[in-house]
Amino acid sequence: MNPLLYPAEKVASAVRNGELSALDYLEAVLERLKHVEPKLNAFITVTEELARRKAENIDRRVEKGLKVGKLAGVVVAVKDNICVKGVETTCGSRILKGYRPSYNATVVERLMAEDAVIIGKTNMDEFAMGSSTEFSAYGPTRNPWDLERVPGGSSGGSGAAVASGEATLALGSDTGGSVRCPAAFCGVVGLKPTYGLVSRYGLVAYANSLEQIGPMARNVGDCALLLSVIAGYDPRDSTSLKVQPMDYQTKLTDPPELEKLRIGVIKEFMGEGVQEGVRERVWNAVQSLENLGARVGEVSLKSLDYALAAYYIIAMSEASSNLARYDGLRYGFRSSDQGLDWNRAYAKTRRMGFGEEVKRRIILGTFALSAGYYEAYYLKALKVRTLIRMEFEKAFKKFDVLVGPSMPMTAFKIGEKIEDPLELYMCDINTVPANLVGIPAISVPCGLSDGLPVGLQVMAPPLREDLVFKVAYAYERTGKWMFQLKP
Amino acid sequence: MVGDGVKIGLEVHCQLTSLKTKLFCSCPTDYRGKPPNTNICPVCMGEPGTLPVLNKEAVRAAVMVALALHSKISRFTYFTRKNYFYPDMAKNFQISQYDGVGGAPIAKGGYVDLGNGKVVRIRRLQLEEDPARLVYEGTIDTATATLVDYNRHGVALIEIVTEPDITSPEDARRFLQKLRSILEHLGVFDGELEGSMRCDANISLEGGVRVEIKNISSYKDVERALRFEITRQSSLISRGIRVVRETRFWDERRRVTVSLRVKETEEDYRYFPEPDLPPVVITDEFIDEVKRSLPILPDERKRIFVEKYGVSEQNAEVLVNDKALADFFEDCLKHYGKAQELSNLLVGDFLAQLHSLNLSVREVKVKPEYIAKLLRLLDKKVLTGHLAKAVLREMLETGRDPEAIVEEKGLRRIGSREELEKIVDRVFRENRKAVEDALVNEKAVHFLVGQVMRITRGKADPNLTRQIIKNKLEKVRASRKA
Repeated sequence: MNPLLYPAEKVASAVRNGELSALDYLEAVLERLKHVEPKLNAFITVTEELARRKAENIDRRVEKGLKVGKLAGVVVAVKDNICVKGVETTCGSRILKGYRPSYNATVVERLMAEDAVIIGKTNMDEFAMGSSTEFSAYGPTRNPWDLERVPGGSSGGSGAAVASGEATLALGSDTGGSVRCPAAFCGVVGLKPTYGLVSRYGLVAYANSLEQIGPMARNVGDCALLLSVIAGYDPRDSTSLKVQPMDYQTKLTDPPELEKLRIGVIKEFMGEGVQEGVRERVWNAVQSLENLGARVGEVSLKSLDYALAAYYIIAMSEASSNLARYDGLRYGFRSSDQGLDWNRAYAKTRRMGFGEEVKRRIILGTFALSAGYYEAYYLKALKVRTLIRMEFEKAFKKFDVLVGPSMPMTAFKIGEKIEDPLELYMCDINTVPANLVGIPAISVPCGLSDGLPVGLQVMAPPLREDLVFKVAYAYERTGKWMFQLKP
Repeated sequence: MVGDGVKIGLEVHCQLTSLKTKLFCSCPTDYRGKPPNTNICPVCMGEPGTLPVLNKEAVRAAVMVALALHSKISRFTYFTRKNYFYPDMAKNFQISQYDGVGGAPIAKGGYVDLGNGKVVRIRRLQLEEDPARLVYEGTIDTATATLVDYNRHGVALIEIVTEPDITSPEDARRFLQKLRSILEHLGVFDGELEGSMRCDANISLEGGVRVEIKNISSYKDVERALRFEITRQSSLISRGIRVVRETRFWDERRRVTVSLRVKETEEDYRYFPEPDLPPVVITDEFIDEVKRSLPILPDERKRIFVEKYGVSEQNAEVLVNDKALADFFEDCLKHYGKAQELSNLLVGDFLAQLHSLNLSVREVKVKPEYIAKLLRLLDKKVLTGHLAKAVLREMLETGRDPEAIVEEKGLRRIGSREELEKIVDRVFRENRKAVEDALVNEKAVHFLVGQVMRITRGKADPNLTRQIIKNKLEKVRASRKA
């Protein structure tokens, strides 16, 4: 077997046993990267030398018989909104051009402690605002399955990197679907964890109350392995939950059957506006799960009609405040401001530094938080959020997991929707509920529609990542989908 | 009359200087004296991706303050973002608290008793982060660049907002002094540190509108700024000119207020709950625990000074309004039992001399037993009141033992009748005109006593001197009659 196709766990065990040199494996990945990257543009920064040094260090330790970590030699790509000390972190924005964080994100520390080899920073929609990775100041990323199409977003670079073998694993971030969307479009596995399970320390904030860093991988087992490494309480993130880290991999087949597992198909996810091929693939996947012993029913969640509106109001409001700090004074891009007072200097830097979509969201969010509108928008959105949460809680009394398509469509063409922000926002309709409610949601590939991957979304109650992995893994083991390296 | 119908409300910001670290990160609170921008970290610099973590000790300190001010503590409080662009905020928002939709300050209500029959109600208490310090090269109007020093950015502030209950600039100063004393008794605050207490004042005159004065950074300045403002506003009113609602800036160098901006409407800070910090739950158990650990506070201490030690109300009030002075008083009391006499010295000459030497009580190097010694020298009439002043000054300047000063400088009272009579004879010889006056006018006797004092450099016992002079005048009268 080509080592490039090894699952992460196999890479780590082969490196640990001395069967595979971390450096050799890295060189193979780098060679692959050099071959496909010009077509994909999945990375903003490739940290080739840093990666080599880490790989050499791992090999030396293996030679000496010293202990190496769970991810020894595994090549990981990190979304460019997650801080790696000393490595340029742009968030896909011009305004952070040249910004090198003075610290490591908690997840990055944890990756390093387990001897992962970080290969670079992946492309993304500017500040994670988008669903196609077209809104990057560093050019769009292309879908490895069809270079004319988008990889999804905002973690499109991470999705494309995993799908194309530029990395074994990747980290994305998911504010309203930004891990699950590219996972679905690129035919890989991606998880949005329970809010508070993974530390956000070092994740550049877009919408604090909604987002989580999430693992992306070629298969469910790898995804579970990566989550096991990054999850767990972090005193530096006050919203992080005090839960014992779990080894999610060992839970995948415990027990292996889906006997008596109650699966609820969300009606609103399967109705109008969903591509025919997508609906078909998802129904087939549900059928497979039923064949494995699960009991399938349908559930209607009426409040979902308001989910998208509530999501965008909350996200944009938080963003308008979070992004205020980019004024050119302390780091990143600064426009020439000779002779301007600070107010005008800030305005000029921000006008030149931010892209159109980011400006749109800052302005909308500023409006929503303004005196006199706060109650009508932000506060109302929070109330809707509570209603949706309550409806999900009710649904989880009847069903162990809720399923539906991750995305209502397959990857669309580059440029197809960019002129119509509302149409782009509509793409997130199935993914935003999990962020509003704070529950775990996975996207696992469940076949192709017109040659493009379709993602099955599985959601479970808070902290039941074990359940979503179990269902996803059970489906994966039916063999109806096998990872394919693209392009 | 000028100053009628004055309503003053204060917004006081005090650094919780006793905390080891800033409000939301682990940088030291003690930033003073450090080179610019060296007391910082990714969190207080608002680097992308960083998150605030609440310093739990700040909550404890705020609860202590709330208890001391008789405020109602919120069982459920949270932080709110106050959004505004300004270079003193690394994130361009301040993590603060808010009393309105989207906020819940840590405590509301309460009062401070000014000790002069007036009580100032407290509106609310809240925790927030200190902004960075802006440094202008030259003055604010002429500087071509603004320099930002983030060293103090993120230090925990407690904001104390009063109701507009203060009716004079003197009471505003009194309020600040009392507040400082309360906070110092609690041990959460050191008012001696430069810039540790700053305040904004809102002031309106009868029939006028509210004007806000920003950038007041001392007890004296609050009085000066408000006096200036009362004069300015009443002069406008008396000339029939409307006072406009505005924010003014206290220029402490020129001692005037200057207009910053005219307020048409409230500024829109787009308050919303800080999503990175979960709400803080304050339990009854926690409040009880803090209550039990509360130290003695000024009002209670004043009661003890009056009832137990027998100090006058007036002196006791002055003593407890400065924690260091009250502490010093008690230290001296261990060595000298006459509390009222001791308090008279401390509240009188002692404070007056400190003031003229520009010293604070904490800077005093004099040992309490030396103050006791000084008082005993007075009791034993080794020193006159006049001499005692001179000895005290020397003590404050050098920290030396009063007995040593008396010996070395020969500042001992001249109490010998024989010696004084010689001096009085000389004064009579040299001031014939004054003697004539004194024979008919009692008041002129003072002049002769003064001459004796001048010659003895104040060492003469004033009573004895007066007695000798009177006797001598009587003799002159008798000889003339005869």
